[in-house]
Amino acid sequence: MGVVTFPGSLDDVDARRAVAIAGHEPVTLWHGEPDLRGVDAVVLPGGFSYGDYLRCGAISRFSPVMAEVVAAADRGLPVLGICNGFQVLCESHLLPGALIRNDHQKFVCRDQRLRIENNRTAWTSAYDSRAEVTVVLKNGEGSFVADEPTLDMLEREGRVVARYLGGNPNGSLRDIAGITNERGNVVGLMPHPEHAVEALCGPGTDGLGFFTSALAQVA
Amino acid sequence: MTRVVVEVMLKPEILDPQGKAVQGALPRLGFEGISDVRQGKRFELEVDGEVTDARLGEVRDLAERLLSNPVIEDFRVHVEERA
Repeated sequence: MGVVTFPGSLDDVDARRAVAIAGHEPVTLWHGEPDLRGVDAVVLPGGFSYGDYLRCGAISRFSPVMAEVVAAADRGLPVLGICNGFQVLCESHLLPGALIRNDHQKFVCRDQRLRIENNRTAWTSAYDSRAEVTVVLKNGEGSFVADEPTLDMLEREGRVVARYLGGNPNGSLRDIAGITNERGNVVGLMPHPEHAVEALCGPGTDGLGFFTSALAQVA
Repeated sequence: MTRVVVEVMLKPEILDPQGKAVQGALPRLGFEGISDVRQGKRFELEVDGEVTDARLGEVRDLAERLLSNPVIEDFRVHVEERA
């Protein structure tokens, strides 16, 4: 499973660690190389790629590796974008909507409860239907926005993957924490499951399911 | 060289927390009577040669693909007259 490192990625190491704990072989992918090295799935990690210049994810979208990711995603390759990775997926038009600055203007960092609304995607099949999980949330620009028809379409087609529980942390419309594409192979998630894969650090191991789901998908 | 300016603003219906923060600071500076502040971006492109309609079309394409995100932002393109 490939994990892309952009200039300014922060969570690529944690993502590779989560991939390994889930039983996959982590493969390092570099933003400047248009090569997916034969991986069966790709994770776009959190961080501040290209310094969040212009807009979060806007420059990364045009990096050499992303042309390959977009093409492979269109062929059905499982792609998970976490936090900044979610922003890159929206900027790449692999997912609808956009992520803007938190409505309360502050960076938020805390343990966050979520409900898995759709366990039929490539990245959530390990979870029970409507499972409640706790992972880490940390973002400054995590407020998911889209126009009303798009939001209605996402709801109608079951493409809301995860929703915030216990209060909305960033102003995301309809408490949306993650969404998927029509096919269910591309998932964008604002909270960080890769920080919740070991009991020693983080709020538990609830995040592991995202990474084991993809294993079932590619096995 | 000619300067072509691209201005990008959040769509009116999109919340602008940065603008709100700026607005919140105004009373502390003694400014009154400003009911809203919206923050945007201005890009100044120095274009070689003559700015033809085709060239402006390219700039609009660039503004739509890179400089703005059409999901949340609108943009305006104009040629800046030199004094």
